[in-house]
Amino acid sequence: MKTFSIGGVHPHDSKISANAAIESFPIPEVAYISMGQHLGAPAEPVVAPGDKVKVGQLIANANGFISAPVHSSVSGTVKGIEIIKDLAGNPCKAVVITVEGDEWVETIDRSEEIVRDIKLDSKAIIDRIKECGVVGLGGATFPTNVKLSPPPGKKAEFLIINGAECEPYLTSDYRVLIEMPEQVLIGAAIMMKALNVTQGFVGIEENKPEAIRIMTEKAKAYPQIKIVSLKKKYPQGGEKQLIDAVVGRKVPSMGLPIDTGAVVQNVGTALAVYEAVQKNKPLFEGIMTITGECCPQQKNYKHRVGTPLSKMIEAVGGVPEAAAKAISGGPMMGKAIANLDAPTLKGSSSVLFLTEEQTKRKEESNCIRCGKCIEACPMGLEPYLLNKLAKAGRMDDLEENKIYDCIECGCCLFTCPAYVPLLDTIRLAKANVMKIMRSRPPKK
Amino acid sequence: MSTTIIFTVASLSVLGLLLAVVLYFVAQKFKVEEDPRIDIVEAIMPGANCGGCGQAGCRAFAEACTKAENLDNLFCPVGGNATMKKVADALGFEVSEKAPMVAVVRCNGTCENRPKTSVYDGVASCAVKSALYAGDTGCKYGCVGCGDCVKVCNFGALSMDPATGLPVVDEEKCAACGACVKACPKGVIELRNKGPKNRRVFVSCVSQDKGAVARKACKAACIGCGKCAKVCPFEAIKVENNVAYIDFNKCKLCTKCVAECPTGAIHKVNFPEKPAAPAVEKPAETNVNQEK
Amino acid sequence: MKKLLVSPSPHIHGKENTKSLMRDVVIALLPTVAVSIYCFGLSALKLALVGVLACVAIEYVIAKFVLKTKVTICDYSAVITGLLLALNVPINTPWWVLVIGSIVAIGVAKMTFGGLGQNLFNPALVGRVFLLISFPVIMTDWSVPAETLFDGVSGATPLGIVKEGLAQGLTLSQIYEANNFSYAQMLFTRIGSAGEISAIALLLGFVYLLVRRVIRPHITLSIWATVFVFSGILWLCNPEQFTDPIFNLLTGGMLLGSIFMATDYVTSPMEPKGMVIFGVGIGIITILIREFGAYPEGISFAILIMNATVPLINMFCKPKRFGKEAK
Repeated sequence: MKTFSIGGVHPHDSKISANAAIESFPIPEVAYISMGQHLGAPAEPVVAPGDKVKVGQLIANANGFISAPVHSSVSGTVKGIEIIKDLAGNPCKAVVITVEGDEWVETIDRSEEIVRDIKLDSKAIIDRIKECGVVGLGGATFPTNVKLSPPPGKKAEFLIINGAECEPYLTSDYRVLIEMPEQVLIGAAIMMKALNVTQGFVGIEENKPEAIRIMTEKAKAYPQIKIVSLKKKYPQGGEKQLIDAVVGRKVPSMGLPIDTGAVVQNVGTALAVYEAVQKNKPLFEGIMTITGECCPQQKNYKHRVGTPLSKMIEAVGGVPEAAAKAISGGPMMGKAIANLDAPTLKGSSSVLFLTEEQTKRKEESNCIRCGKCIEACPMGLEPYLLNKLAKAGRMDDLEENKIYDCIECGCCLFTCPAYVPLLDTIRLAKANVMKIMRSRPPKK
Repeated sequence: MSTTIIFTVASLSVLGLLLAVVLYFVAQKFKVEEDPRIDIVEAIMPGANCGGCGQAGCRAFAEACTKAENLDNLFCPVGGNATMKKVADALGFEVSEKAPMVAVVRCNGTCENRPKTSVYDGVASCAVKSALYAGDTGCKYGCVGCGDCVKVCNFGALSMDPATGLPVVDEEKCAACGACVKACPKGVIELRNKGPKNRRVFVSCVSQDKGAVARKACKAACIGCGKCAKVCPFEAIKVENNVAYIDFNKCKLCTKCVAECPTGAIHKVNFPEKPAAPAVEKPAETNVNQEK
Repeated sequence: MKKLLVSPSPHIHGKENTKSLMRDVVIALLPTVAVSIYCFGLSALKLALVGVLACVAIEYVIAKFVLKTKVTICDYSAVITGLLLALNVPINTPWWVLVIGSIVAIGVAKMTFGGLGQNLFNPALVGRVFLLISFPVIMTDWSVPAETLFDGVSGATPLGIVKEGLAQGLTLSQIYEANNFSYAQMLFTRIGSAGEISAIALLLGFVYLLVRRVIRPHITLSIWATVFVFSGILWLCNPEQFTDPIFNLLTGGMLLGSIFMATDYVTSPMEPKGMVIFGVGIGIITILIREFGAYPEGISFAILIMNATVPLINMFCKPKRFGKEAK
């Protein structure tokens, strides 16, 4: 069975919401559509208070090369362009829309019918993806059109669809794979056409046998796309790890996936691409998992972007009594939610409730030099050393020891028997080192 | 036996002599010419190597002094005017007196004034915490309370007050080196004039939130109402980004603004207790909505 | 409203912690302790208890009253040190000698460096070597108490007998014949300290540590391989002068040292390549001491010598990084 070559850990997979079919979440009364939904510059609003908008209508333009437009997820009246607090409590600009009915833009094909024929050519596909504001839904929310346009001199050789979903608890990709397998495959085929490549892979971890079975069945109609079953190991869904696992090529240090000829896209992104290209539907909906052992019910919701998280939490019975932490994303790399009133974003994948026992940090004790962090690090780094150097402020040595290669997957802290907060220190030091490196004039 | 001893002593002596000669020539060859005044200036320095002057340490500062044309841009905050006078004498420079400075914590978000909205559970570092999120209170601008400033202080002048959760500056010990100013990720700490008889007036808040938001997060926040700026006879107060700032070069310590502030965000320190106006005035509830 | 926790990711933690890992090491030592009690009776139990209690008590006193830091006796590390020390001394060792050993092990070798995780040398071995040098008579008196399994067996370990015999000018075959050495006997019970008598029990512990993923096999296996190859070469050169590889693997503190002492987290390298270098070094030094040195057994010294090189090994042995260097 295939997997990546260095490090990794085995957290319990806890996919307790795996059997909850995707339900459409009711449209909220007021939608708060954030302008910072993607990596890069926030979008620039093009609507004014009082404007009537329809579902799918453009409300903000991309602001620069690495940016994406934002579309309304509801129909109604723009109440205003306000500063709201995101889930970390930081202020961000948002278009606030009072919902009236559910009127969609006419050009969107709302039928259930699967459109298999890809009519657009490569350039038109990329333009459509850009217009529809599709961003990577695997966590980083990098604009998809940018990823599908390799820089000059680099050539894509194959596309990998990331269905690993190696984070515990999360099941949104899994539900998409078993409920909409063909759409994902068509989405993959579209992106392959856009990249002008003939080889595609869908990597799925072995703890999702149902998804592997259905996808293998459906993929028979798409001979260019191969379903690859992967051994369960975190962080398999990391871009660099997935390329290593599926095709055995390693992204060079400081390099990009395209250096190995690979383009990696998430399952959710493939679905969004399908809907954008075949159905002309911009990205304004997402699939979210509401889960946690302390949660009375686990759900997979299809939500409109801009729905307040608190609304969705109410629907499952409010914040559970036993919950000590709410997390947006998985327990390994997700962000703790400080503000439950924050709205959902394009890239939101879950709200996970953990109890104090599950999540509370234990008191740090002395490093016993067991080397488990080295064993676990999927990038072959020495977290214990980086932590020590970071505390001493030795920036040169940190760079020497490749702190910039850290993918912040959390394996080191997960595995550390002494509960040393390795990643906390390393993450900060990495940001500082990268700042120094960027400020340096380029070589030659 | 005696020949052995003589032979040993003699051979070792010859060896020692030879090596000494070699070392002497090597030392001559690789000798670094240095301005002898550097040593003189360094001897005058306090030797804290705190970096408060902007140089790597006391020796680097001494070197900079000897190379400089004048001492206008060089100042040792730890040694203060007395040290700089000595340095100037040693190097034959003129030096102008500089007002002594002190670190001031501009946040009044005590546990009582600024209730917690979440519990931070990561490593105790302000830098990590402020990079992670807006903070465990409703205010994203104020002190996050993990004591990075305390950790960097070389003079033991800072300590966390467990009752308020805020750092406290010991004026006696503070050398105004500015290490805490650099360490604070929120820019809460500022170096200000120590003032005559150590008396100072300053706005103890840096929140750029609009009045109502700031007020909701913290009872003692500056709401940017501008009353202080209106009442100030010396035009020392400016309100920008919803927060007032007192220019300590213009302020004449009349303390009119302290009385005017509706939330008690303006503090005066080391004034005689007589007028019975405590530093933190309980704000009157009626003034809350007078934001601008 | 309820205040939620906020922290940087990851939000969950693996099941292992320092305490559970150390507890697993103690569990892995239990078969050896059991065999020693079976062979030597209550005096073995007494030794083990004295060692453990002395180490824990000394760590508590030093942490609480001298260093005034957090007391960490609950993490089982002092228990391991005490147990290993007790398993490393002859069964007749008086209790006070063991207490002195514990004071050196915990007080000098561990706490002066700052406690768990900071020490350069394996505390139990420092204690043992200190005793070996300070009390050479007691530490080489291998006679056994009356009415135990070995009642009446002469008091010398196979390694000691070989060393002595060779010194008297005998050949190995003569020594073997005179003492009825057999591999089968070495596998289960033989003369020696409590921790040396049963190879089977030690190997059982090794398997447990591997299965529980407490240690990685690199160090132990590289020691074995080195000892096998190096002593094998010597043996092939002159079988009457040098002991054979299997004999070297099964006798003395080889197994106890290679499984439990060389793999001590704190004093061994952290990266597989470094682990192998460390193990090879131990193997070579052990055989050098055994075959050419004054002491019959050399693994304690070998491990301590290699302990000193660990910071250097850690500095030079970097793990295999992911991906090639950028152009």
